[in-house]
Amino acid sequence: MPEKISARGLNVAVHGSPVLRDISLSVMANEILAIIGPAHSGKTTFLRCINRLIENQPGFVRTGELLLDNRDVRQWDIDTLRRRVGMIFATPIPLPGTIFDNVAYGPRLKGVRNMRRLAEIVEKSLRAAFLWDEVKDRLFSSALRLSGGQQQRLCIARTLAVEPEVVMMDEPCSGLDPISTAQIEQAMRELKQSYTFILVTNNVKQAARVSDRTAFFLSGELVELGPTAQIFTAPRDKRTDDYVSGRIG
Amino acid sequence: MKEKLIEKGLLIVALSALGSLLLIALFIFIEGMPLIVKVGLKDFIASTHWAPTRGSFGILPMILGSLAVTLLALIFGGGLGLAGTMFLAEFAPRWSVRILKPLIELLAGIPSVVYGFMGVVVLVPWIRQTFGGPGFSVLAAGIILGIMILPTVIAISLDALNAVPLSYKEGSLALGATRWQTLYRVQFRAARSGIIASLILAMGRAVGETMAVIMVAGNALLIPTSPLAPVRTLTSNIALEMGYAAGDHQRALFATGVVLFVIIAVLNTIALLTMRERK
Repeated sequence: MPEKISARGLNVAVHGSPVLRDISLSVMANEILAIIGPAHSGKTTFLRCINRLIENQPGFVRTGELLLDNRDVRQWDIDTLRRRVGMIFATPIPLPGTIFDNVAYGPRLKGVRNMRRLAEIVEKSLRAAFLWDEVKDRLFSSALRLSGGQQQRLCIARTLAVEPEVVMMDEPCSGLDPISTAQIEQAMRELKQSYTFILVTNNVKQAARVSDRTAFFLSGELVELGPTAQIFTAPRDKRTDDYVSGRIG
Repeated sequence: MKEKLIEKGLLIVALSALGSLLLIALFIFIEGMPLIVKVGLKDFIASTHWAPTRGSFGILPMILGSLAVTLLALIFGGGLGLAGTMFLAEFAPRWSVRILKPLIELLAGIPSVVYGFMGVVVLVPWIRQTFGGPGFSVLAAGIILGIMILPTVIAISLDALNAVPLSYKEGSLALGATRWQTLYRVQFRAARSGIIASLILAMGRAVGETMAVIMVAGNALLIPTSPLAPVRTLTSNIALEMGYAAGDHQRALFATGVVLFVIIAVLNTIALLTMRERK
């Protein structure tokens, strides 16, 4: 499988204090890579480096390589980069407007105006995010009236509507109940055929359930990366063992 | 015991503000309403002839004058103010916002007579030379008022824009939207009620402004036919004639005040309601 995203010697500091130290890892096409680790271990920062949202933060310095399709993310046109690499946030954030508007937001930015074409994209994306059946009768009501789990699936549909290649999820289920979580995990497993996933999660069990490979971050360092089964049953590093078995973090 | 006294004292002070508002309203209505009843509401606000010493009390030219001046002020001040707000909220470096925002708010503290003075000395001659006409005009008043409402527009709409959660912005950026697309499709939309409220409050301020307008508007009793024509507003009318008015003439000026009072009360209520709409 080809490498989709690769970091080589990636260092990030904000106002002089290091947040990521010497990270080297690759994300393969069509895999689900889980990134686990306690709070403040740099997981989210890593995602925000990939789509360059971190550049909105003053005082940030990045060194080392971070490539999407063998080209540094900084050399990509920023809007193209963000269309190719979608991101789902921990808190679902529907944009003000209707369900339809939310999903059609990205395509409209790309200049799709034809209503029938938009409707197709919206339906396809909502189906892919397993939300279509629940909202098909109220596409034009406010997105804010959906439940938390529905809002998060709406955000997934919104991201898929842009037709990204990589979908990054930053603790997508942290505020959701087990049923909504299961629905989102099912969506990920189905969508893996056509997308590459990076899943940042605090929930170790979730990583074990859905991912192909797992990376363990601690204090801004990559401690261990391997097939998920191996990380959870035979970790090589003692710190990984302590974390996945619940002794630290 | 002492606590109670302080509490009661503060309550009285607070109520006195409300009380004076009520007294003013009551006074204006008591003085003005009888004339409106005598002349008839329709003749009062829809007749174009104002000759109060000879029994004609039509304030339509003044109503239209106020509207024309306010509309121009909204176009200048609203446009400029919203552009400035966008710049301050999204594109200006942080250190410059720290300098610019207080400076803009300082604009609100400049006495209106100073604005009027600047208008007479700079703006009116400029309009006369560039566009012709007397210079004292709807245009001059509109521009001066536009500058005067800038702090209201910028302060309130900037607060509304800054109150939009950062997550909205990031959510939109992460979908590949540019900063500009994010600003007008997401942030402006989310801050819409606050921005509308800022414009309505600014409108109230423009309708009510007197001194600066008297100095640059020309004050002719005509329905303005072009932006270069002189105009008299409701407020100017009261201020200009109150000094020598008596009898029905004086009551007619109070009645003009009633009309103004109603316009401003309606504008403020709309502003309050739109702001409250924001959850």
